[in-house]
Amino acid sequence: MLKRKPTTQVQIDMDKNIARRKIIGAAFFIFLGIALYVASNIVDELRVYQGATVAVYVVAISSIILLTGYSGQISLGHGALMAVGAYAAVLSRNYWNFPIPLTFAVAVLAAALFGALLGMAAGRLSGPYLAGTTLALAVGLPSLANQFKILGGEEGLTYDVGFPPLALGQDFTQYKWFFWIAALAALAATWVIFNVLGSRYGRQWRALRSNPTAAALLGVHVARSKVLAFTISSGVAGLAGALMSMTISLVTPSAFPLSLSFAIVTGAVLAGVTLLTGSIVGAVVLVAIPEVTAALATHLGGSEKVTSNLPGLMMSALLILSVLFFPNGPQLHRRKTRKS
Amino acid sequence: MSRIINTLLIGISGGSIYSLMSLALVLVWRSTRVVNFAQAGQAILSTYIGYVVVTHTDNYWLAFPVALLSGALIGALVDIFLIRILARRANSGPVAAIAPVIATLGLLGLIRAIVGMIWGGDLRRFKLPVTNHGFTFGHTTIPFAPINLLIVVTTVIVMLIFSVIFQRTNLGLALRASAFSPEIARLAGVRVDLTRTIGWAFAGAAGAIAGVLVTPTNYLSPNSLDLLLVSGFVAAVIGGLESLIGAALGGLVLGISLAFVLEYISSSLAFPVAFVVLMAVLLIKPAGLFGGKRVRSA
Amino acid sequence: MSGLVVNDLHVFHGAIRAVDGLSFSVETGQLAAIIGANGAGKTTLLRALTGLKSVQSGSATWNGESMLRQKPENLVRQGIVHVSDGKSVIPELSVKENLALGGLWRRDKKDVAIVTKEVLDLFPRLGERMSQSADTLSGGERQMLAIGRSLISRPSLLLLDEPSLGLAPLVIEQIFQAIKSLQARLNLTVVLVEQNAMGALRIADIGVIVNLGRLVTVGPSQELINNPALRAAYLGY
Ligand SMILES: Nc1ncnc2c1ncn2[C@@H]1O[C@H](COP(=O)(O)OP(=O)(O)OP(=O)(O)O)[C@@H](O)[C@H]1O
Ligand SMILES: [Mg+2]
Repeated sequence: MLKRKPTTQVQIDMDKNIARRKIIGAAFFIFLGIALYVASNIVDELRVYQGATVAVYVVAISSIILLTGYSGQISLGHGALMAVGAYAAVLSRNYWNFPIPLTFAVAVLAAALFGALLGMAAGRLSGPYLAGTTLALAVGLPSLANQFKILGGEEGLTYDVGFPPLALGQDFTQYKWFFWIAALAALAATWVIFNVLGSRYGRQWRALRSNPTAAALLGVHVARSKVLAFTISSGVAGLAGALMSMTISLVTPSAFPLSLSFAIVTGAVLAGVTLLTGSIVGAVVLVAIPEVTAALATHLGGSEKVTSNLPGLMMSALLILSVLFFPNGPQLHRRKTRKS
Repeated sequence: MSRIINTLLIGISGGSIYSLMSLALVLVWRSTRVVNFAQAGQAILSTYIGYVVVTHTDNYWLAFPVALLSGALIGALVDIFLIRILARRANSGPVAAIAPVIATLGLLGLIRAIVGMIWGGDLRRFKLPVTNHGFTFGHTTIPFAPINLLIVVTTVIVMLIFSVIFQRTNLGLALRASAFSPEIARLAGVRVDLTRTIGWAFAGAAGAIAGVLVTPTNYLSPNSLDLLLVSGFVAAVIGGLESLIGAALGGLVLGISLAFVLEYISSSLAFPVAFVVLMAVLLIKPAGLFGGKRVRSA
Repeated sequence: MSGLVVNDLHVFHGAIRAVDGLSFSVETGQLAAIIGANGAGKTTLLRALTGLKSVQSGSATWNGESMLRQKPENLVRQGIVHVSDGKSVIPELSVKENLALGGLWRRDKKDVAIVTKEVLDLFPRLGERMSQSADTLSGGERQMLAIGRSLISRPSLLLLDEPSLGLAPLVIEQIFQAIKSLQARLNLTVVLVEQNAMGALRIADIGVIVNLGRLVTVGPSQELINNPALRAAYLGY
């Protein structure tokens, strides 16, 4: 994953302004990395583990932001694409004993391939049709995994990324290791998406999203452009799936329920679906909601029925409220004024 | 030979349920251009309400109308308190087109969570109104049981009532006019908002009926109707998403093909078959097998 | 104040001032032709008057009561009926159903039957096609259907948006004659938006000429027809 060539090479018409933003962007990422490093050394184990989960969600949410916020397509089935990535990764690990970074690459490729097939159909569908089709996928695909022996049925397959290298020191825990892998992957994925969005393709997507007819007249190949967005987004989702399985050391059908697909869409909407850096906000909220509701539940002392459904309630309520009050993300307004 | 007929009968019974859910989705789609993913949630809530009535009164026939009416009420409330506001607030910008999808999705989650809070997550059973023991002819018992007959007959009656309402009454004319061309309907004096809400109520009722019919043969849990939502969507797409007859036929086509695949090929293929059918229809005949000429670009 | 009075009306489409301070009035029973080039704001004016488009500022009253900020379906109940541009019929419905639509809200079903019969007498071709779906009709027949439907709502103020659009000259003449005779017979007040300036002014009592959302002039239609400067600039011949 890390060795993938940056897609920046396609940008022949990159101007100075973009170049400057790139440098700022790169500096931001490096700074973020340092901040994370410091942070992971001072917080406790649980927080480190949650940090890993946040990183996984960042990747998953970015894939939706790219797809929905930029190319205007929706997917309710990205949980299924995560499953594709996770199973691909674990199979390549268990059968061919691939090294970890390579299993991630396999996850990306498998999910991207699957997404390309789906995207070819999806490119011709719009709005509700696409939503329904991907929803069907989210409901059906993970349960399909039950029926194949090679995929381990209900119990699934164990996915072991191994212990942290000794060079990192004695007190470098497993969770910290997860966190580092996930955080690095998230930074790399965000960096790649950031560049893709700044490229010719990113501009095509935005043009398509705001006015398909005009974009087509200007020579944007509508279907191809949409398929490309779907493919890249699926690949990123595949990576998220592999990372998620790593943090729970297991790949099972039940790890990819419909609610996972919903959760990442929620995260993307909360992030303000048109802003890539919002993915962190969305991811933190997704991880924080169960915490907050748990605290709330102990405070209020509700029954098990109530407490176990509180996160779902809160997430759905947030989703509805955010689409009612910030349908285009809280940031869009601000960005509009800056552009003009 | 008898195996074919048995499979066909079971397919018709299963397909009836899909038809009802598909009808619910089509009713909303036609009037509001929203695929209502919350339909499964609305249906499950109505079914739980029916469940409460069944457990308290031990009378399925009382639960049925109660569920139906609550389904209608829930549908109307969803339109008034979510969809109307959404139409006013999220009507421009990059996400406007998918805002209804996200909102109904959120509603699905919300209703599920509420249902879970009230009734918990454990599987419940619904008292059977009639037996699910197959009909017996001489020495042979077929899989088709009185409960399946009840499902088919009820569905047929519901469909007939809907088609009479839509084709023969003033309300039906208003519903169709508002669906096809809200602006012209408005200029002719039709109260389009109210009509639309009635459409949502009808859809809610249809979904609730699907819920109380399918649940006795199955179990009840906060997400036990999720698959039905997907089947209903597939059926609606087969039928062209625009037409009520298409919705009914789409359900039957799906139900019968699934029954044959399950019987003759493998029981594990149900989902892939449904998905392949969906993709095939969308790619080959996007206006649906029974639909008109409209292209799906809304 | 009886009749239609529009005063300093402003309507925007985003930043475009489609109607930019328009004032004119039409007395009860008069037929007013609104004339202007493409994009002059005529359609926008009608849409604003009948609640399809929100208004920035200004006022519009019908028989002294404000028409603005009301829903179109409520205006219909007050006798204000708008036939929008581009053949205001629903193609998926039959001719009969399209006509029935105009009377759905009315309590007085007897009168609905009477007025339906009158419409069919006026446009006999509709009567022959009652069970046909409206999208099988010719352009002229569709326009007859749209006007017929509006009559079934028993309008007192009828706003017509380019009924001649896309029709052959002979058919246009028929439609115009029908409008004229309806105005006289039912004491209708008619606002007729037209590109076909001459034809419209010939049947109109007054003409309102607009350009870029502003009033150019308003006056008796005969005067407008005879004004050489206006003829050259706005009436196109
Ligand atoms: N929905 C809309 N969105 C943005 N601008 C609009 C819209 N409708 C009309 N306009 C603009 O408002 C102005 C007036 O348009 P309008 O349709 O009212 O003109 P018109 O006089 O009816 O023209 P025509 O004779 O061609 O029908 C035009 O500049 C037009 O481009
Ligand atoms: Mg016009």
